[in-house]
Amino acid sequence: MTDQMLINQGTTDQAARSEFHPRWYRERVSTWWWLGEWHYLKFILRELTSLSVAWFVVLTLFQLRALSHGLAAYMRFTNRLASPIMITLNLIAFCFVMFHTITWFNLAPRAMPVRMGGKRVPEFLVAAPNYVLWIVVSAFVAWLLLRTP
Amino acid sequence: MSMVSTTLSGKASASKASNEAFFWLLFSAGGVVAAVLIPIQLFLFGLAFPLGWLPEPSYDHLTALLHSPLTRIYLFILCSLPLFHWAHRFRFTLYDGLQVKHLNEAIFTLCYGGALLGTVLAAYLLWNL
Repeated sequence: MTDQMLINQGTTDQAARSEFHPRWYRERVSTWWWLGEWHYLKFILRELTSLSVAWFVVLTLFQLRALSHGLAAYMRFTNRLASPIMITLNLIAFCFVMFHTITWFNLAPRAMPVRMGGKRVPEFLVAAPNYVLWIVVSAFVAWLLLRTP
Repeated sequence: MSMVSTTLSGKASASKASNEAFFWLLFSAGGVVAAVLIPIQLFLFGLAFPLGWLPEPSYDHLTALLHSPLTRIYLFILCSLPLFHWAHRFRFTLYDGLQVKHLNEAIFTLCYGGALLGTVLAAYLLWNL
């Protein structure tokens, strides 16, 4: 346990508080380190999908507010959604959200490798149920909204 | 003296670690909700309905759906968990992307404060519909 504490003390966030900690030499990394290589860029794009997720929630909150204020308010809301700027923003957000969905589903087999009969099940087979669930749920949501009551 | 400070920092880092696990759980639950539900929701309301690709549900149809407590629970989850997903991911984007270590605590507060605010707003709106 003490060893663990010593190790903990060695980590970055403890460094400032310990008296005799050696100063490390660290080369300053540019803020734009992720632009050079596709691998890094992909990582940052994946991280940025969270902004589209937040955007969607804010939009949904406004939609709920409009719905609670009555028909006229909701009409104003839908008219605003049809403006070119909102269409563009939503198109970008949709692309990012799809990127999140695909990277998230494909992560599952890495986070949880499945073995059967001593052999590792291929990744696409482990990810497949995610996609099936996604399609079924999406179809159900679309059906609820599109059916004519 | 040194022993005391070691124990204290050990305790602090242990509670920090368990907090991280909790926030990570929210992140990953929100990630699942966002991955499964947001594409269809955003596609329909953000693109297909405004562009007239599909017939838009009427105001009455939507309010009828909202009468059901199940729809409200669905919408609450749809708003809340993805916000905590955002808070976790975005704070690490800012930590790693901008490397502004001295602002890390402010970033943390802003992100989770925002997620909490959104959750409270969602609860308020859905409760008063």
